[in-house]
Amino acid sequence: MIEHARPFDLAADRCGPSSSPIIRIASRGLAPLIQIIGLYVFFHGHYSPGGGFQGGVLLAASIILLRMGLGFANTQTVMPSGWTVPLGAVGGLIYIGTGFFAVLCGGNFLDYGVFPMPWLDPPHLHSYGILFIEVGVTLTVMSTLVAIFDHLLDG
Amino acid sequence: MSWLIEVFLFVLMVVSALVALRSRDLLAAAVTLSLFSFMAAVIMASLGAIDVAFTEAVVGAGAVGVFNIVAITLTTRESRD
Amino acid sequence: MKLHQALVLLAFAAVLTMAAMQLPARGDAASPANRVFNTRGEPVAGAHYISHAEKDAATPNMVTVILADYRSFDTLGETLVVFAGGIACLFILRRLKP
Repeated sequence: MIEHARPFDLAADRCGPSSSPIIRIASRGLAPLIQIIGLYVFFHGHYSPGGGFQGGVLLAASIILLRMGLGFANTQTVMPSGWTVPLGAVGGLIYIGTGFFAVLCGGNFLDYGVFPMPWLDPPHLHSYGILFIEVGVTLTVMSTLVAIFDHLLDG
Repeated sequence: MSWLIEVFLFVLMVVSALVALRSRDLLAAAVTLSLFSFMAAVIMASLGAIDVAFTEAVVGAGAVGVFNIVAITLTTRESRD
Repeated sequence: MKLHQALVLLAFAAVLTMAAMQLPARGDAASPANRVFNTRGEPVAGAHYISHAEKDAATPNMVTVILADYRSFDTLGETLVVFAGGIACLFILRRLKP
């Protein structure tokens, strides 16, 4: 038998703040940096490796880090637990809505070249269409990972 | 000479997987699985697939490790086999 | 581990190593994965995407263009699968509040 302490003291109060001040300060300091990197990865996905999925996972990681360090009750203002699944549905609806908007404008499903913005040529319309659907992917991935974490620990 | 680095990474990957299998301490096994995913990401990067490497590093070494550790806190820390 | 299990594993490792030795070199232009035309002389999809991606979508990262423009229906399915996994976790792990 191995006699260990719990990895972090979630056993007594799983949803409360950590008892170690180092973990609390470090999570508060690291989370904004991770969010900045996540937003950079998401918005710069057109020009460098990255995109919606990776940016969404990074944003979810920052929120999970805050939940583990500061407790559930203190981080409800960052991302309320009741909003995670509806936000994921909103992300999916943004994706599908972009596709059907192209259908309404007379093209195929998810064909961004027919959007009614006459001041843009079709390559740039494709570029903005990619950005729209990446918004949907980011919202869905971020809120789904946070929802899984919330329901694992909080029930 | 780059094949030498890749052979080293592959050996490290197999060793980390074996350590994660043989370890009695499940927290050490979870951390070693994160190391396995990170080695896979480095191999992908050395093959030139930066996007796949990024996804593997973020998901395999970040999110899955967190979920494994949360599952350990909900159950027990030592394995029985 | 018994002896015959170890022998079977070693033989399997030898077969896999022999198969991996025969793979073409990385970046070999003559290998079948990198050809512009297939054996029947028809153009391959990958070469078309590589040559047209930046012109079609004004985006330098061709991985993003292929994932979100040429193959965006695949990405839609991937996103919905992630969301369905979250919904399944919600139904399994949710404790009904009394």
